[in-house]
Amino acid sequence: MTSGLWQNWVLPGIWITVQLTLYSAALATAVAFGVGMARTHRSKAVRFAAAFYTEVFRGTSALVLMFWLFFVLPPLLGWQLVPMWAAVLALGLSYGAYGAEIVRGALNAVAPAQQEAGVALSFTPWQRMRLIMLPQAVPEMIPSFGNLAVELLKGTALVSLLGVGDVSFAAYLVRLATQETAQIYTVTLVIYFVLAFLITRSMKALERKTKANLGVAVK
Amino acid sequence: MTWDWSAVADFMPRFWDGVLVTLQILVLGSLLSFTLGLVWALALRSESRFVRWPVGLVTEFIRNTPLLVQLFFLFFVLPEWGVQFSALATGTLAIGLHYSTYTAQVYRAGIDAVPAGQWEAATALSLPAHRTWTAVILPQAVRRIAPALGNYVIAMLKDTPLLAGIGVLEMLQQSRLESAATFQYTEPLTVVGIAFILIAYPASLLVRTLERRLAR
Repeated sequence: MTSGLWQNWVLPGIWITVQLTLYSAALATAVAFGVGMARTHRSKAVRFAAAFYTEVFRGTSALVLMFWLFFVLPPLLGWQLVPMWAAVLALGLSYGAYGAEIVRGALNAVAPAQQEAGVALSFTPWQRMRLIMLPQAVPEMIPSFGNLAVELLKGTALVSLLGVGDVSFAAYLVRLATQETAQIYTVTLVIYFVLAFLITRSMKALERKTKANLGVAVK
Repeated sequence: MTWDWSAVADFMPRFWDGVLVTLQILVLGSLLSFTLGLVWALALRSESRFVRWPVGLVTEFIRNTPLLVQLFFLFFVLPEWGVQFSALATGTLAIGLHYSTYTAQVYRAGIDAVPAGQWEAATALSLPAHRTWTAVILPQAVRRIAPALGNYVIAMLKDTPLLAGIGVLEMLQQSRLESAATFQYTEPLTVVGIAFILIAYPASLLVRTLERRLAR
């Protein structure tokens, strides 16, 4: 592989993969907390809407959703999404639905007495959520969120099928240019592996930090 | 832009062909991942570190890298090694291999959850190793992990569209071909998206029922 290909395609490709992962993770986290908390809401209608969202977005394939946002939405709405943002939207919305299940599970796992104590102190529902439930639930969510983040990183490879120049797309171009298929695809897989390793490490650190705030030690 | 039912009707023949291919990938891929996963799980329990260590590294690597890139790797590199597979066979192999690294984790958890007394009972009855596995440990482990395996089958279903990337004629690729021929983008793609929900949602309800039944 020549240094030109490396500098013009592979390195920018890595940067695009990292950006995609960060933006979609931010969107997915927002969706996960919004929908996950809505699933513990008093109102039945809110709970139903949140459950419907989760089932629809967990039910469909992220790649089909991405194609749908990119090819079907523009004629319906009359405006076109940049491929990068169609990808972020598709990844954020579908991985957010998986994350919502994690948030719901962790909120349900907080001891009911904690919730009752909040009622007894006449906290508002939002105060109970913010001051009692979330501080205890968030550390429990982090290992699952770590796995989901690695899944999300792997999911970003799908954008290469829309022509976004991420590291998978770069690999495809380099293969066409040099025919050194085994080499470039091995390098690409190793790049993803290293990125996944970094995610796993930083989530471990985050877990230790949030648990330390609660006074719980992590092995 | 309006919804055109006749475009949906025109897409139906291709759509059913796609459904058949998707289900074929799903069934063969699941069988492959269940078998390979068990092999990895047993290898990870091996006495020798020269077995455990490489298997651990390889499964970790496959599990933490994207299926799409693995798909291209196999699709382009296998022919260079002199192995000529069809796109469908390569795709099924890739998806089965990828998910086997997940099912290996599931098997491992299932085997670890069998109470130690069962192992001791098998030793006390002086059962040979293969009888201990096939008659005592695995039947109990598989019962516990059936729902988890079911969840991975559903996840696999949702990853089958990736095979469109190497030209396998599953649902998504059929919709792309239909769109390329008729310039109708809305209907075929929407039909495929809804079809995924219609298959995946009842399947996940089934898994949840199974989970509740076995938990008793």
